[in-house]
Amino acid sequence: MSVFEGFRFRHATSPIHRLDPRVKFIYVLAMFIVTLIFTQFLPLVVLFFLQVPFVFVARVRREWLRSLRGALFLVIMIFVFNFGFSYLYQNYTTVASLLEYSLAMALRFLVLVESFSVFFLTTSPDHLSLALEQSRVPYEFTFAFTTAVRFVPVLAEEAQTIMDAQKARGLELERGNFLKRVRNYIPILIPLIVSAIRRSLELAEAMESRAWGATSKRTNLYVLKMKLGDLVLLFSSILLVAIGVYVYYFVPIPPLSRFLPPLPF
Amino acid sequence: MIEVKGIYFTYPTGVEALKGVSLTIGDGEFVAVMGQNGAGKTTLVKHFNGLLKPAKGEVLVDGVSTRDVSVAKLARKVGFVFQNPDHQLFSETVEEEIAFALRNFGFDETTIEKRVTWALNLLDLTEYRKTSPFMLSGGERKRVALASILAWNPNVVILDEPTIGQDHRQKENLRQFIVQLNGQGKTVVVVTHDVEFVAECNPRVVLMTEGKVVADGEAKKILTDTTLTLTASIVPPQITQIFLGLKDLGLPFDVIDVSEARRILLDYLEGAKH
Repeated sequence: MSVFEGFRFRHATSPIHRLDPRVKFIYVLAMFIVTLIFTQFLPLVVLFFLQVPFVFVARVRREWLRSLRGALFLVIMIFVFNFGFSYLYQNYTTVASLLEYSLAMALRFLVLVESFSVFFLTTSPDHLSLALEQSRVPYEFTFAFTTAVRFVPVLAEEAQTIMDAQKARGLELERGNFLKRVRNYIPILIPLIVSAIRRSLELAEAMESRAWGATSKRTNLYVLKMKLGDLVLLFSSILLVAIGVYVYYFVPIPPLSRFLPPLPF
Repeated sequence: MIEVKGIYFTYPTGVEALKGVSLTIGDGEFVAVMGQNGAGKTTLVKHFNGLLKPAKGEVLVDGVSTRDVSVAKLARKVGFVFQNPDHQLFSETVEEEIAFALRNFGFDETTIEKRVTWALNLLDLTEYRKTSPFMLSGGERKRVALASILAWNPNVVILDEPTIGQDHRQKENLRQFIVQLNGQGKTVVVVTHDVEFVAECNPRVVLMTEGKVVADGEAKKILTDTTLTLTASIVPPQITQIFLGLKDLGLPFDVIDVSEARRILLDYLEGAKH
């Protein structure tokens, strides 16, 4: 569950928290595009460190580190698979370049995790739905979205309780071969799904009794407005994509091996 | 025997739930763990079957540390009935639900059949044998959950908030049932806020506040101690409140039992007449 902890919003105030969620989303999108353009190590390192100031300004260093730690297993898998398969299929020129490529792929994933982590850590679900709503997404959808986000921790907690309850009845999740292990999760999933459905029905009733959907045109107490900081981030994001595209097409990126002593093999 | 030796526990969220709890529960004892919400009651009892392992200190069940054995193994000795039956029911029939744990513990089919029949009978569920547990009422689901634990006959039975959402008659049935279990030599641990329920059962009470045990002793002593009840945010039983209000009459006020109260009041009235 530690991975999710690294994405869960906690109320705090910082310049990053106060930014317009729409602009922050554009920033994440820009980061996403630029990250996927490059397969070389150096630009990805730059992208990784580009985001560190955000983490410090937003004061979410601990949670951010937790999300990176949580992603570590997948990062290692990505590295191993890229290295392993390219090696097997002889899909490389030198071992050094293969190593760099595999490292870059792993780092690319880490950069993506980092940017999403920063986004979710500093954007409250309420803010997010507000952004969706004011981008003219129908309220039913934004409500469903925020409710889903809102119930993730509740569901995670419930899953833990159910696991405890079944373990107390002698269920051993780690026992047996692969198929048996998957089957071991049935006693966990059924109560979890049943209670989720039951809860959603209760929620629907509670909402209807509070006149949900009574007016077709909703107004908001808070209206999102772009401020100077938002504009700065917006232009920086656009600039980032522009620079990324420019570098991709016109700047030769030196391989890592040029800066390091040659490998012994 | 369950020995808790100076345990500390902190949840991953950073909440320090237990701050140095020591406690010994002998075989055949009947213990009620009481205290306000968030006092650490459930956290404490989850250590008894190894669902949680202490960060510091240790818990011994019959002399074996809970760190050294799996929950499944401990569960054979220590049965834990969760507060909400919906957190465990998943089978197609009540019968299958009760057999689940027995299969996990590796009982053979004839024994399972026998135990299931026994447990269904014990909790008056025989007519629902082939019914889906999801079709039952709340009280019945709670009984199915209880039956599914008692079926393997654990030495220790832990019940987490068994009285929540139960009407008076079900509560009374539950009380008689618990007393009966305890009478058969089982250790019973009940986690509850229900002061009236505890007053009627008269067990040993372990009172907790903010992750610590603040009092441990007879229900009669603890539930009538107003300073203790105040620190643990519980209210003394109604009968005790009456006697606390009648202090001026020179009556004792450590009364939790209704029939005892009746006797004292009748004696007093007898005396006042003469």
